Amino acid sequence: MIDLHGFGAQLLAGTFVTLQLTVAALIVGLIMGLLGATAKLSNLSPLRWMGDGYSTLVRGLPEFLVVLSFYFGASQVLMAIASKFGYDEYIEVNAFAAGTAALGFIFGAYASELFRGAIIAIPPGQAEAARALGMSTRQTFFRITLPQVWRIALPGLGNLFMILMKDTALVSVVGLEELMRVTSFAVGHTKEPFTFYLTAAVIYLVLTSVASYGLRHMEKRAATGVRELAP
Amino acid sequence: MNLTNKLKEMAIAAVTVFAVSASGAQAADKLRIGTEGAYPPFNLVDANGELQGFDVDIAKALCDRMGAECTFVKQDWDGMIPALMARKFDAIVASMSITEERLKAVDFSEKYWTNKLQFVGKKDMMLDVSMDGLKGKTIGAQRATISGEWLEKNRAGANVKLYDTQENAYLDLASGRLDGILADALVNYDWLQSDAGKGFEFKGDPVFDGDLIGIAIRKGQDDLRMKLNKAIKDIVADGTYAKINAKYFPFSIY
Amino acid sequence: MNWETILDMLPLLAEGAVLTVQLVFLSAAAGLCLAVPMAIARVSNKLWVNMWPRIYIFFFRGTPLLVQLFLIYYGLGQFEAVRESFVWPVLREAYWCAAITFTLHTTAYISEILRGAIQAVPAGEIEAARAIGMHPNQIYRRIILPRAFRMALPAYGNELILMLKASALASTITLLDITGMARTVYAKNYLPMETFITAGAFYLIITYALTHLIRYLEKHLHPDRKEPVVIVG
Repeated sequence: MIDLHGFGAQLLAGTFVTLQLTVAALIVGLIMGLLGATAKLSNLSPLRWMGDGYSTLVRGLPEFLVVLSFYFGASQVLMAIASKFGYDEYIEVNAFAAGTAALGFIFGAYASELFRGAIIAIPPGQAEAARALGMSTRQTFFRITLPQVWRIALPGLGNLFMILMKDTALVSVVGLEELMRVTSFAVGHTKEPFTFYLTAAVIYLVLTSVASYGLRHMEKRAATGVRELAP
Repeated sequence: MNLTNKLKEMAIAAVTVFAVSASGAQAADKLRIGTEGAYPPFNLVDANGELQGFDVDIAKALCDRMGAECTFVKQDWDGMIPALMARKFDAIVASMSITEERLKAVDFSEKYWTNKLQFVGKKDMMLDVSMDGLKGKTIGAQRATISGEWLEKNRAGANVKLYDTQENAYLDLASGRLDGILADALVNYDWLQSDAGKGFEFKGDPVFDGDLIGIAIRKGQDDLRMKLNKAIKDIVADGTYAKINAKYFPFSIY
Repeated sequence: MNWETILDMLPLLAEGAVLTVQLVFLSAAAGLCLAVPMAIARVSNKLWVNMWPRIYIFFFRGTPLLVQLFLIYYGLGQFEAVRESFVWPVLREAYWCAAITFTLHTTAYISEILRGAIQAVPAGEIEAARAIGMHPNQIYRRIILPRAFRMALPAYGNELILMLKASALASTITLLDITGMARTVYAKNYLPMETFITAGAFYLIITYALTHLIRYLEKHLHPDRKEPVVIVG
């Protein structure tokens, strides 16, 4: 077997951090995506511009650059904003928080477009019927719209999720001790870059394969009862 | 739906991750020390993930002497000073040189060791480290260090490659991508003792000596600075420094 | 906003932009060339033909680009055999390591795009071609590939933009592309906002130019079609 020179435990710990970062960024990303989609579909044109601007801007920027900016700039920006509200204390933005914010921010930009397309795809008659039954806008959104949006957007979201999982490696450059960074430490010690980076690659393959399998399962379940033409 | 509840739980967990910590004024007894962990033998991470090295030992000794409770924070070299300024930690003990440029942004304690810069290269290859000799040669250095800047200022004809970490630079020297590296003489010395450094040697005399290594702190913290200076003087006077020194080098580096 | 600092860094970032654009076009072109045979092999019915592309695509799409980059740059340099071989003068240079890695990476994605396009060519046309006695080579050259390329163009354009964004990783192996220059500049000025916003602006400008280039190509190849739908993400 490959000799990991005792770094096996650390690699596993790093993998765990990778997973934590992925989940945290996913949550932030889904929220930002829904907010962005709502903004884009809004009746107020400033909101629409903000939503469109958010998407267009982030889709043109390298993820790596966004991660660097959030990490190096976040403290500054947050503290500048907070001091306007009279809060002058130190605001901690560690690598995990910066990574989550950056990756979630990016995820949200792409997801907002997916959600927007999905929301539009739901026949407006359903919302009308819900309103006729006396449901509030909020109830309509959470009980009628959202479950269907989920089904339509799932393949696209699944794709974004896989990309997100791989992008967590970028946060290693700003010091977060996820898998890639731990691998680099091990390389620094053992001077065996091929061994360790290949091991890291295999671990990522396992993660993406499991995720891919899980997503396909979810897609099947979400589409229960929906008749589709044979592909 | 169970899914919604689970999502709610995870959302709360994610928000907690963003915990805004109002640290306020640091109690004089607690000191957070920032160090890199990729600069053997001064600071490194061992196989258990623990920080070790000369800097770490000195910092622990100083904290002992000052009666302060020290915690260590690992930080990438690039973001070291910005993190200090953002109050992520209170002092940098990472073999940082005292330079004019850095003094614009931070204050430094008195020196705790003295550095020289020296070139290393392959044993059987001639490397003339003069201005003419290095024309067209590829020399590596760590980004944001005085080695990098010295090369830019004094060896303009050389092809300078900057690395995120010193260790990556050594990897490339070992694989032959670099003709030489300019770095702190002692860090080079440590590498030359290792397996990877076997076929290499110092090239030429040290090119820049009298480089003072100090502890960086935020501007205006005279109180902390005086405490650190006193602690440094104390550990030199009572032999603690010499003991730590001897652990890593057979000669004094003060 | 420290405008003076921004002005100072513009020439350096522009230099970086030249490197960025070089890397992107090089790997996009090379990737396209490699992706064609790979896609053709991928659609084959024979397992021992289509399994190689499938393994390749699985690896390059399932692992982060950063890992691939380090594997090739640092990893290959570990072996004496590689260092003594004739490929070393090429692998020695960070530029070529980046170009090679980006090419290999994008080949995986482009070949999947081409595969989808090839499979979308109407079966009737292929049947007709077979009926008039065309050799499979001819069918590919005259019927399938031209159609597939035109269908794949929006997605290929997308991939170009993704490649541009991925190129920022070249800075992690000492290359001074836009991001590499930005990090070097930042290491001296400690002004993250000014530095990274300016770098971002360079990327946005190049993205804008690329998007328009792709739209122009699409119009040129489909003068009859209305605005094609480009779905990103």
